[in-house]
Amino acid sequence: MSTCTQIQDWLGVQTGISSQAVAAQWLQLQIQASRLPELTAALVRDWQAEFATLLVEEEESAVDACLAVYYFFYLPRNGCLLEIQIRVQPGEELPAISETVHAADWHEREAEDLFGLRFTGHPFLGDFVLHDDNWPEGVAPMRHSFDGLHHPKVQKDSDTEWSPPQILREEGAIVFPVGPVWGDFHESGLWMLETPGEQIRYLHTRLFYKYRGVEKIAEGQTLDRALLLVERFSGAAAFAHAWAYCQAVERIGGCKVPARAQDLRLIFAELERIRHHAANIAEISGSTALAVAKAMAQDIVEDLLRLSARLCGHRYFFGVLTPGGLHHDLDPWRQNLLAETLPSLDARLHELEHLLKNSSSFLDRIEEMGTLSPELAQSYGVVGPIARASGRAIDLRLTLPYGAYATLAPTVPIAQEGDGYARLRIFFSEIHISAELILKTLHQISAGPVHTPCPTFEGRALAWVEAPSGATFHWVHCDAAGMVLRLRLGTPGFRNWHAFERAVENAAFQDFPIILATWGLSVAENDR
Amino acid sequence: MSFWPYFGLKRGIKTTSWPSAKEQSPGITPGRPRSASNASSNATTQLCPTGALHPVETGVSVDLTHCIHCQRCRQGPHALPWEDDVAWTVNAGTALSPLGYRFRRSLHVRYIDAGACGACINEARLLDAPVYNLHRLGIFITASPRDADVLLVAGPITNAMCTAVRKAYSAMPHPKRVVGMGVCAINGGIFGENFACVGGLQKIVPVDLWIPGCPPPPLAILHGLLAVVGRTQCTTAEELP
Ligand code: SF4
Ligand code: SF4
Repeated sequence: MSTCTQIQDWLGVQTGISSQAVAAQWLQLQIQASRLPELTAALVRDWQAEFATLLVEEEESAVDACLAVYYFFYLPRNGCLLEIQIRVQPGEELPAISETVHAADWHEREAEDLFGLRFTGHPFLGDFVLHDDNWPEGVAPMRHSFDGLHHPKVQKDSDTEWSPPQILREEGAIVFPVGPVWGDFHESGLWMLETPGEQIRYLHTRLFYKYRGVEKIAEGQTLDRALLLVERFSGAAAFAHAWAYCQAVERIGGCKVPARAQDLRLIFAELERIRHHAANIAEISGSTALAVAKAMAQDIVEDLLRLSARLCGHRYFFGVLTPGGLHHDLDPWRQNLLAETLPSLDARLHELEHLLKNSSSFLDRIEEMGTLSPELAQSYGVVGPIARASGRAIDLRLTLPYGAYATLAPTVPIAQEGDGYARLRIFFSEIHISAELILKTLHQISAGPVHTPCPTFEGRALAWVEAPSGATFHWVHCDAAGMVLRLRLGTPGFRNWHAFERAVENAAFQDFPIILATWGLSVAENDR
Repeated sequence: MSFWPYFGLKRGIKTTSWPSAKEQSPGITPGRPRSASNASSNATTQLCPTGALHPVETGVSVDLTHCIHCQRCRQGPHALPWEDDVAWTVNAGTALSPLGYRFRRSLHVRYIDAGACGACINEARLLDAPVYNLHRLGIFITASPRDADVLLVAGPITNAMCTAVRKAYSAMPHPKRVVGMGVCAINGGIFGENFACVGGLQKIVPVDLWIPGCPPPPLAILHGLLAVVGRTQCTTAEELP
């Protein structure tokens, strides 16, 4: 592909770094750690490269083994994927890139917590994935030497104490905690609002109360069992995550998914997107105490869940995907059911949208609320609807097309304001576009089988989807017997929570739940 | 703004008449596998990745508390029959009697997310949707454990949430009941017991009822909450053919 040739030439000429094309549109380069900051900064500056994910693998199961660190970037303008590999000796530190690639900040913190890998120049604030009051200092759970079955003993002493950070020192300033258990049905997490009275000056987010160690417990399991985990760690986007995982396994096995399965995958993924966004709209309406609107949205969500159950047996698409295709076909009767039901559901969403857009007191509460400026959105590298509501035209279905999106590309709505209202509009627009795309695909759906056997080899692969909440990159490394050696879940939630704090600054106290709802972020997806 | 009440009224009554009448709208539940006197019981039990199916003399038994709804036993030559009921609640073993008469139409529930994936949470959120409307049954969600009669917990009980769950439980006034929803709460589900998950609510607080499922649909959750006050009956966890 000419797309990667350009950057390959540039790399050779400008930096003297040689790279190999491992697939069309996929470049691999091994570099010295010292070259990292300069290279990644240039990629972002000169190529508008997007940071995809950072992942670490421990090489062998001895204590203090070498680490292989992978940085993935992609170029939105031509869809070239860059894989930068660095080998880290025991005890060695890597230079932090988060100074210039701000999106990598949380990734570096995570790698420090889980692998004990230090990044020089990173301010490490401590207490991140592993909470200080619940985890012994210096124990890195993703290391092979760590026993994944038992929680390590925590000595209760001053080392393991934790108190909320406080920046504001003026008189009367307080830190107001929200969570970890709060409201009616909120996900667990702790939000500490710093305020001198009315206005939130700073927000500190403490997540990972829901850390289930999914990446660790997948190790040593069969590929099929790991699929069950991937489906269930973030159930609201189960299909999207399972799809990315299956694509990685298919890439390793070199298996070509039949066209009909690709069409059906697109249909289910878009149906999941519609339901995900509709549920967000219900939450937004609820957060502003608009009971009728919330009820209308909930009704639609429920009907979408029932539709899913009728199409494929599960309300959240569990047990539908398998490497090589799908477990079951969609028979003509169900195809018909979908074609007949979806337009009326979309019409109900149009009606709700119309009503909401004409409710001035509702708009007052979400306009200019929880704003993420396009500049911040760019610097934090936010993804998904949040990015598109802040002027970033990125969507993996377009920039790195996979499955049937190569021929069935969606249009991507963009708004510039970055406020709650922009996000609401993006949610609605994406719903309508997805509905249209499903009907179009259904209309021209391929015939044939929905599954092909997928052989297992020793190998590793990255695969991606545009999940309902944004760019998702999953990495699978398995052995020839089909046992998982490393599973990396690069989720959009992890990306977007990083930026959330900035949208709350200077908001009024009572607006916090509304801002949270308009962002519609999943904690389960972040925590893993 | 004045148009909202009008639109609300225009929609009419959407609420299900369950539990007074049977509810059979398609898709309201994903259904669940039932035990069967199956000739090839070994082939059937091997379909299950979580060991929820056991070969017994008379066929195959289903242990609901281990079924994660993976659908592997739903189709093909060795499939089990699936049934669309929602009476999934099982006794967890504290053997406390249902809460008395005074709670029958005034039951306050504190929900805690202890590591649940979005699916369990979403099903719980739908309890107050018009279709299910838990308030009509005299069940209310409360923000404070001090007002709560029931603790409803979902997720595999992550280590970081243990303190919160314990604190909420001890802040509740007597009499109190604890319900775990979703297979995760029962035994960690697909996450099991590991360095990050305790893998079972009963390991940190006494549990009265389980609502199996992955996730249990809203009606199954309502069935469980009604069982707390004796308005519905529990079933058995392991169903024999
Ligand atoms: S649906 Fe339940 S019983 Fe059937 S195979 Fe899956 S986990 Fe086992
Ligand atoms: S029981 Fe299933 S649906 Fe519920 S939290 Fe666990 S994995 Fe998610």
